[in-house]
Amino acid sequence: MAAVKFILNGKPQTVDVEPRMPLLWVLRDTLGMTGTKFGCGAALCGACTVHVDGRPARACITTAQSVAGKKITTIEGLSADRSHPIQQAWIEEDVPQCGYCQSGQIMTAAALLAKTSHPSDADIDEALHGNICRCGTYQQIRAAIHRAAAIGRGAK
Amino acid sequence: MKRRTFLQSAIGGLVVAFELPTRSRAAASKLNAYVHVGSDDVVTLFIAKGEMGQGTVTSISQLLADELECDWKKIRTEFPGVSREYGFQGVVGSASIRTGWEPLRKAGATAREMLIAAAAQKWGVDRSQCRAENSAVVNTATGQRATYGSLAEAAANIAPPANVKLKDPENFRLIGQPVKRIDTPSKVDGSATFGLDVRRPGMLYAVVARCPVFGGKVAGFDDSKAKAVAGVKRVVQISTGVAVVAENTWSAMEGCRALAVKFDEGARAALTSAEISRQFADRMDKAGAVARKDGDAASAMASAAKKIEAAYEVPFLAHAPMEPLNCVAEVSADSCEVWASTQMQTPARDLAAKVSGVGPEKTQVHTEYMGGGFGRRGGVDYIGEAVEVAKAIGAPVKLTWSREDDLQHDLYRPASLTHFAGGLDAEGWPVALTSRIACPPFGGVRDGLSRTGVEGVSTMPYSIPNVFVDYHAVDPGIPVSFWRSVGYSQNVFFTESFLDEMAAAGSKDPLEVRLRLLANQPRLKAALQLAAEKAGWGKPLASGKGRGLSVANNIGSFTAQVAEVSVDKGKVRVDRVVCAVDCGHVVNPAIVEQQIQSGIVFGLTAALKGGITIDRGRVEQSNFDKYDALRIDEMPRVEVHIVPSRNAPGGIGEASTPGIAPAVANAIFQATGKRVRRLPIRIEA
Repeated sequence: MAAVKFILNGKPQTVDVEPRMPLLWVLRDTLGMTGTKFGCGAALCGACTVHVDGRPARACITTAQSVAGKKITTIEGLSADRSHPIQQAWIEEDVPQCGYCQSGQIMTAAALLAKTSHPSDADIDEALHGNICRCGTYQQIRAAIHRAAAIGRGAK
Repeated sequence: MKRRTFLQSAIGGLVVAFELPTRSRAAASKLNAYVHVGSDDVVTLFIAKGEMGQGTVTSISQLLADELECDWKKIRTEFPGVSREYGFQGVVGSASIRTGWEPLRKAGATAREMLIAAAAQKWGVDRSQCRAENSAVVNTATGQRATYGSLAEAAANIAPPANVKLKDPENFRLIGQPVKRIDTPSKVDGSATFGLDVRRPGMLYAVVARCPVFGGKVAGFDDSKAKAVAGVKRVVQISTGVAVVAENTWSAMEGCRALAVKFDEGARAALTSAEISRQFADRMDKAGAVARKDGDAASAMASAAKKIEAAYEVPFLAHAPMEPLNCVAEVSADSCEVWASTQMQTPARDLAAKVSGVGPEKTQVHTEYMGGGFGRRGGVDYIGEAVEVAKAIGAPVKLTWSREDDLQHDLYRPASLTHFAGGLDAEGWPVALTSRIACPPFGGVRDGLSRTGVEGVSTMPYSIPNVFVDYHAVDPGIPVSFWRSVGYSQNVFFTESFLDEMAAAGSKDPLEVRLRLLANQPRLKAALQLAAEKAGWGKPLASGKGRGLSVANNIGSFTAQVAEVSVDKGKVRVDRVVCAVDCGHVVNPAIVEQQIQSGIVFGLTAALKGGITIDRGRVEQSNFDKYDALRIDEMPRVEVHIVPSRNAPGGIGEASTPGIAPAVANAIFQATGKRVRRLPIRIEA
């Protein structure tokens, strides 16, 4: 066990865990933040996507020790009130069905939008390719990302 | 606590934001099992069915709230425990709206009438002078209003009227509207609680090592290395394997990896997919249990002007819901509680009661959101495991399956083989069709026949005068069960592909043949005509592209699909799918559209990618690298057209899954001249 310090959703956080423990389980089991989901444990489905220093990362293969000193954002920290353009657009397009993969989809989409304010369909394909949705909400996800880009433009 | 949701106005089509209450501290009065009304006007609707994405929480609320005449902004929903009041609690066969259509509207209407009676009593007027609207009763003579909250307590003491009048569909305010999903806000901020998100005080975490070979069992184990893993607390043997119990999920998984288990692999340790295919093929020249017999297929085939034959085969499939199976269980000497994302609350309760030994009266199931189900959560095996571990260790436990566990210990969609023969008359029209199916039995067997094994072939909608379908139950020992659309998932691929073969053999247009043979199926025929028209059937396409058709009549609904594909050097891309659906009276057209898209993606994954294969008695695939799902860049443009209908509602969750594979396969034939007779689709370049 070792103390690992990082910034979680804007606040300093210290956890006493096995250094090799994946961030996914630190978030879910140690900290009780269950918005980040377990889907495959092998970076194959994207359900556990969080931001590490602003970039999308698969929490299931990201060890606790590797995020020491870094800034982590989870779905709970994306906004305090579902006001992030991606969340607004997700609500307006009524994207989720079962909803289980959506935290990962939203975090991936938010990272895309931060980097590319007007993503093309090809940009969306490339960024979201690694996020599986078994319910098949892809058409709504695409529409919602375009809508979020429009919301983002309007806010500027 | 409040959450925000959005409702599309029925009148103006505007999207209006408002807050939906999540809980109310005010006293609530129970008007019936489905409707409680709080003194603060908050109406709690009890949703006795599970939510796995199919939209039942929203659509069931629409049924109740429309008749109740309550303000949609003042409702909250709750999953009740298992209770006789709700009858059987489970979601299967896309039946929630079909079975709830009358009783749930009746429950809403009964509560409405009780509130009206309470107001009439209060004002000392005849109830005919009172009308309910927007969570209040209005005295039509005086204009006086009483809110539901102010009437609730008195209403609860009024005897429920026996024969309430349901609303005329002309007056529906919520039913038929694309009301926004109630569960959306909590699913965009991580606050929705799925089974895997449940936490109990003092809870430990369990992962189970199971014999990889079907039918094998634990012969012994050495837990010294597992117990040396940090965080591991206990190792206990249960009926399905060896459970490692730890302080967190990861330690339990690490402990499980370190565990040395000796398995007795049993009789199937050499079983392969090729061997299973051989077992199926061995039956193809033997008569099976008769599933359908119209006319005299043998004579008609003998005198047919042209005869064609073909064999079709599909593999086992896993469900792979995004949320791996899991269950939280807490067992004491006189109580058992489980928290589970389950499609089957009543069977879950019954199994938990049995395994815990405390009996059904002292067992309760807390229903959580399911991260997908697709039929897998119709099994309750994982719930029994959690109860077994909780009982053994005397502490609350969350039992989690890894993705590897999920793919290797599923209750699979059965593999199946069929041999078809088709006879055409001198003009090229189909006059005879026979199908012999070999498939593991599931869903019960009677007189050698598994109805689910043949549905979709035996129920084929076409007016072909001579049809003969028979079936062989071949059980290679792979556990099988229901997978979204059940037997239709493979059998509609079979029939709709072979019908295309017959059309081609008779030099006929596949649409023309279907329309002729659907003369006695007006709803299916209308759906097909609509899909064909919207898709531009018959319009020229570029080289390497093709269109294919299919129809399906399952779960009380009628669907027709047209797929448009591009084939380039053996690589198939589905560009566009047009689906027309007649699912009777629509409760929520936006959810219908979602479910049609969803079913198509699910079926397309199976058509293009899916396949569980067996080697040495075990499943060869263990994660999404070898058992992939359709990705966003492979998503076709899906267009959904709903046929307006006032027929009783059909199901929707499974309606579009069967038809997509044959529509794509038939489109590939149009594009390349190559016939796909086996899934997943593989085309030689």
